[in-house]
Amino acid sequence: MQKKTDTAIIRIENPQVEIEGLNLYYGSSQALNNLSFGIPAHQVTALIGPSGCGKSTLLRCINRMNDLVDGLRLEGLIKINGENINDPSLDVIELRRKVGMVFQKWNPFPKSIYENIVYGLRIAGIQDKTVLDEAAEKCLKRAALWDEVKDRLHQSAMGLSGGQMQRLCIARAIAVSPEIILMDEPCSALDPRSTSRIEDLIRELRGEYTIIIVTHNMQQAARISDYTAYMYLGELIEYGLTQTLFTMPEKKETEDYITGRFG
Amino acid sequence: MTKKFWRQGEPFVWATGLALSLILFLTMLLFYVVMANGLAVFWPKKVALATLSDGEHILGEIVQEETIPGTEKKRIQFKIGNRDLYGLDFKWVDTSSIVSLSFPENVQVLERQEFGNFYGYLSELEVKGISPPAAGSNSLTQTIAALDSRKKEVDLLGKKIANLNRRVELIDHHLSKARYSKEENTPALAAMQGEKQGLKTEFEALVSILGEKAAALATNQAIFTDANGRTKAIALPNIVRSYQPNSMSFLAKCTYYLERLRELLFDEPRESNTEGGLFPAIFGTVMLIFLMSILSFPLGVLAGIYLREYAKDGWLVKMVRIAVNNLAGIPSIVYGIFGLGFFVYGIGGGIDQLFFPERLPAPTFGTGGILWTSLTLGLLTVPVVIVATEEALGSIPPGIREGSQALAATKLQTLTRILLPMASPGILTGFILAMARAAGEVAPLMITGVVKLAPALPLDGVFPYLHLDRKFMHLGFHIYDIGFQSPNVEAAKPMVYVTTLLLILIVLAMTSTAIHLRNKMRQRHSVVDV
Repeated sequence: MQKKTDTAIIRIENPQVEIEGLNLYYGSSQALNNLSFGIPAHQVTALIGPSGCGKSTLLRCINRMNDLVDGLRLEGLIKINGENINDPSLDVIELRRKVGMVFQKWNPFPKSIYENIVYGLRIAGIQDKTVLDEAAEKCLKRAALWDEVKDRLHQSAMGLSGGQMQRLCIARAIAVSPEIILMDEPCSALDPRSTSRIEDLIRELRGEYTIIIVTHNMQQAARISDYTAYMYLGELIEYGLTQTLFTMPEKKETEDYITGRFG
Repeated sequence: MTKKFWRQGEPFVWATGLALSLILFLTMLLFYVVMANGLAVFWPKKVALATLSDGEHILGEIVQEETIPGTEKKRIQFKIGNRDLYGLDFKWVDTSSIVSLSFPENVQVLERQEFGNFYGYLSELEVKGISPPAAGSNSLTQTIAALDSRKKEVDLLGKKIANLNRRVELIDHHLSKARYSKEENTPALAAMQGEKQGLKTEFEALVSILGEKAAALATNQAIFTDANGRTKAIALPNIVRSYQPNSMSFLAKCTYYLERLRELLFDEPRESNTEGGLFPAIFGTVMLIFLMSILSFPLGVLAGIYLREYAKDGWLVKMVRIAVNNLAGIPSIVYGIFGLGFFVYGIGGGIDQLFFPERLPAPTFGTGGILWTSLTLGLLTVPVVIVATEEALGSIPPGIREGSQALAATKLQTLTRILLPMASPGILTGFILAMARAAGEVAPLMITGVVKLAPALPLDGVFPYLHLDRKFMHLGFHIYDIGFQSPNVEAAKPMVYVTTLLLILIVLAMTSTAIHLRNKMRQRHSVVDV
């Protein structure tokens, strides 16, 4: 499926997300510098790198969450399934239905657990109660939250613990059946136990969804991802199979970062 | 040691507590004054008979007692009533000149349709048409009750005549419209003229019947004597209520109190507003706040949403924000003047030119009315709603917005399904403040549509039921009017307190409803730990 090229960046055959010559500027400062790589379907891809290296910015380009930012300028192409997502004729709502997102800080709506799960479906115009009920149960089970909340589906989601809220947000994201799920440091505000539950969940979702996860936690990237990309100052330094990247990094910078000598 | 004392902030805690206590104290004092004076107004007071050293008798309620400035002597103020006999309602008497003071059992107090209260003794009843009641302490009350059905008949006739008048007016309106559009000699016009003639004959017949009946009713009279033996004949239909306060039981006093309260809330005013009920003013106040809310709430919320959610943050938006905040500092009378110039003369005058040219120069909408007043008040309160909406939307964590949009919600869906419900408690808080402010305003009302005495309510059973062009009465203006503009300020004082109390209670009731609603919203949409 993949062939090693002469550089430290692996080439993916038939990538689901394809980034070509991506440059991103905030006003006059450049945040992403000529990124080109592909992200494979149904695998977990981790983006690592020191703070401010542009991982989150890149992630937010993929579902166009950056649209709202003032003074942001983009060059280059991002293709999902071969389609340019920045094409003016493309509906951003359709894109976001395809590309779900889980945030660093859990953000359930101040509604009931049930309403949180079915929010995306209601937005899409689905009103049939049996469909919504089934989806809610399925997604909560998928997110390993069903047993904990099945008796209080119609109580406020604000009463859940942090880890439960984050799993609720993942369940909410998969309820709209996306192809890709973006995760922006989903465990950074969680305790180790909740973190391991989320990691289990990611491992389970792998294969069904394409998951792109930004993380600061090297061990986490090593544990859950199939591919890892190391970014530094807006540039892609190294990209490859997680196993290879963590054991035999090709570049000195990558090795310094993952061994903790830098970053 | 002292340094540590200051640093620990003990004095600061005291200062904050003291500030709050001071504010509470002043508010409580205000409430106490209003309550103490307002609640006691309807309680029947004893009537004292004072015999003076020169042989004169004074009969009246003791209002207050004070030391004459600069001397040791005291004086008492009596409410002596009988304005038609004495010309004034109140009298100061030096205590030194009072020989004796008693509370005779058989003193009769009358509340009359005109000339205020009467204090005296019943000496004779002259009754026709009904069997004279057995003599006794309550023969007067019985007779008045016996005449009640006839009195109601007369009232009903009056209402019928007013109704006829309105129909004639309507026909006149159609006729002038036809005349304006140069229609002549059409059968419809002739029919209208005929109908008008018919109504006029009916009207005249009714008026003469009314005159006869009222005159017949007025021949039933009672002769009273005052403290000094002067006699006065008073027609029974003129007596609103009669009672003997010095011999009333506690229960009777309670009944009297409740009856006065009912009159206050549900009856029309009498005696240039200083007596009788406040129903039209209560109705006007509530309706004004209601209309104002309908007009200003959606406008303010929409403007606030635009400023926060859609407008690009730049110098223009900043200027608008500063301007909106400063709008709250403009004296309300300026809003009134603007309302008069823009709404009443500008828009109202325009409407008259376009839709009611046949009635000109008599204005229809081009004069003060409840619609223009509500618009003016709406303009006055809209900045508060805008600021509250903006603040409430701005305080929602950005993660919530992103979460909704990441789930493929459009901006509108995010706004209506997530943001507005979450912002609603904050918006309602601003709205409650706006409502309370509008309820207490008087100055802008005076020039845009409030009147001392409105002939009809802005909402009634006559098509089109809601008459937004009509002038109306208002409790706030009522306070100003009877307290400072009435010819008999002293006699109106109790009513000022009662009206104030009533206005406070109405505002309290309306804001409590809104607060209750807000708390419900807050429970449902509260954000904890986000």
